Amino acid sequence: MSNKILESININKFFHDPLTVQVLKDINFSLNKGEFASIIGKSGCGKSTLLYILSTMDTDYDGELFIDDVIIRGKKEVELAKIRNEKIGFVFQFHYLLNEFTVLRNVMLPGLKLGKYSEKEVEHRAYEKLKILGIEKEALKKANQLSGGQKQRVAIARALINDPLIIMGDEPTGNLDKKNSEIVFEIFQQLVKDFNQSLLIVTHDNEFANRTHRIIEMEDGKIIRM
Amino acid sequence: MNFKLISDISRSLLVARWRQTLVAAIGVTFSITMFITLLSFMSGLNDLLDGLILNRTAHIRLYNDIEPSKHQPVDESNEYYKSYNFIRSIKPKNDRLEIYNSGAIMAALKKDSRILGVAPKITTPIFYNVGTTDLTGVINGIDVEAENQLFKFSDYVTSGNYIDLKNIPNSIILGKGVANKMLANIGDVIQVTTSKGELMKLKVVGFFQSGLLDLDNVQSYASIGTTQKLLGASNNYITDIQIKLNDILTAPPLAKEYERLFGVEAMDIQTANSQFETGSSVRSLISYAVGITLLIVAGFGIYNILNMMIFEKMDSIAILKATGFSGKDVNLIFITIALSIGIFGGLLGLIFGLGLSNAIDQIPFNTASLPTIKTYPINYNPKFYMIGAIFSIITTYFAGYFPARKASKIDPVIIIRGK
Ligand SMILES: Nc1ncnc2c1ncn2[C@@H]1O[C@H](COP(=O)(O)OP(=O)(O)O)[C@@H](O)[C@H]1O
Ligand SMILES: [Mg+2]
Repeated sequence: MSNKILESININKFFHDPLTVQVLKDINFSLNKGEFASIIGKSGCGKSTLLYILSTMDTDYDGELFIDDVIIRGKKEVELAKIRNEKIGFVFQFHYLLNEFTVLRNVMLPGLKLGKYSEKEVEHRAYEKLKILGIEKEALKKANQLSGGQKQRVAIARALINDPLIIMGDEPTGNLDKKNSEIVFEIFQQLVKDFNQSLLIVTHDNEFANRTHRIIEMEDGKIIRM
Repeated sequence: MNFKLISDISRSLLVARWRQTLVAAIGVTFSITMFITLLSFMSGLNDLLDGLILNRTAHIRLYNDIEPSKHQPVDESNEYYKSYNFIRSIKPKNDRLEIYNSGAIMAALKKDSRILGVAPKITTPIFYNVGTTDLTGVINGIDVEAENQLFKFSDYVTSGNYIDLKNIPNSIILGKGVANKMLANIGDVIQVTTSKGELMKLKVVGFFQSGLLDLDNVQSYASIGTTQKLLGASNNYITDIQIKLNDILTAPPLAKEYERLFGVEAMDIQTANSQFETGSSVRSLISYAVGITLLIVAGFGIYNILNMMIFEKMDSIAILKATGFSGKDVNLIFITIALSIGIFGGLLGLIFGLGLSNAIDQIPFNTASLPTIKTYPINYNPKFYMIGAIFSIITTYFAGYFPARKASKIDPVIIIRGK
């Protein structure tokens, strides 16, 4: 078994609307278990586009992607959904919590979908994750009753619920103030240290990037440093 | 497939939008209520109108018709037997109305297991003598007990006791219209003339009201014996044998069979009353059409609500997909929402429909021509409730189908990028 959990081979991506533009050019890189990597680059250089491909949500690309040594091309929509559910935790710039549900339920949903544990166990695990993030007291509140920083921490707890292979983040601190950004960063660091969690985080905050293990820098759709 | 999770998410989305959900459900409830009420009422009305004729009509009537002889002398000619002959010289005979051998036919029919009952009858034209004028009319000579058993004769005898017809010799039950014209009361003695000119005095023992004015203006009833006496006929003279079957649908083939077997004319109820069938089916068709139209309108209501919900919940759908719910799961969530609106609204509709038709059933409905009817007629056929339930589920399913498919196709990347 290799140590690679994510590998991208010659990934190219074109947008055809309105004109055909190449947004990603020959992306080759891999990520190992327990790595805390950040992707930086100017706005519009293709960071988000790359992350959506790596997270299996975007399937319209050239080249190959392996997650956990499994090739992604040719998988059906249901299979991709299962991979996202089981192996990938995603944290967005915007929290995307479901306001109809409590904080606890929001965290539980992907776990219930996985169906590996009973509902009681999933609930227990959700509490554990909320505890790691220090917001277990808010568990029974509705999602829209929390502050921005708290919401983002709930979103991280949700990303953690199925013990994913990797957590991907698209500017997870982009909407947060300095203090909350710091909290989120510390949480990521703690996850790496305590749980050997792999992380791949897109950010435009160079200070944030400098404190990660590895910086992948992009420019005009190409990786120029990694 | 974790159905509990799917239904849980559906319920949360429903509850969060409970006002719109309620409006959509009320739409379904309303249409199902109207559907049930309309069908029950229309069908009740159909039964009532059909009953006017059909309950009072034999399923098969055996009789002899006055017909020209089918075999004319010119057909005997060697020269012309192949030709189409127009010369007809043999006229119909006068006294062919009697069913010959009626006793044996009746006995044979009574043994037939397909038959519920048999009642003999004599129909004869007469004149009611009122002062110096004569009113044309018809006397039905009946076997009072058999007639009552098969055709609920007593229901239509509005004054007097029907059994007196049997027990009092030379008695008559007059049609209500006839009685009014003759100013006859119960106990009066009236006089009738037969078509052959014979006079007879008859005692009025009751009035008869069928609900069909044309009938009540001409028809009266007497016992078979009285009628035979009136006609000067022997005591096996019968013009009609009325047959009631166990299964009304077997009437046409059985009529043909008896026609062959007994050498008489046989008329089945379907042929005799085809216009009633048509009327009934048109009325049912209208009720179904209105009910289904209402349901389709309700279906569009659900369709709108779901489309709106999907539009509002784009983010939620995107995140569900990003965190591992497949298009199929999302599809199921919205189908479940549509079906719960349909089932909940439909169930309420069935209950309200029952309530409303019951309320209509209580409204007094008195009409001189329908002596047995006291309130508006309602048919509580469970079939309508089944159809209503099935239709509400089918329409809501289709109303949910397209929005659900749209939701399942939402691309999470587009939504998440949009922010
Ligand atoms: N749906 C799209 N159609 C066409 N061009 C797009 C689309 N989405 C993104 N782009 C373009 O692709 C480039 C990369 O975008 P993105 O990956 O979001 O950059 P980043 O996240 O690094 O800021 C940009 O130039 C953007 O305008
Ligand atoms: Mg971006």
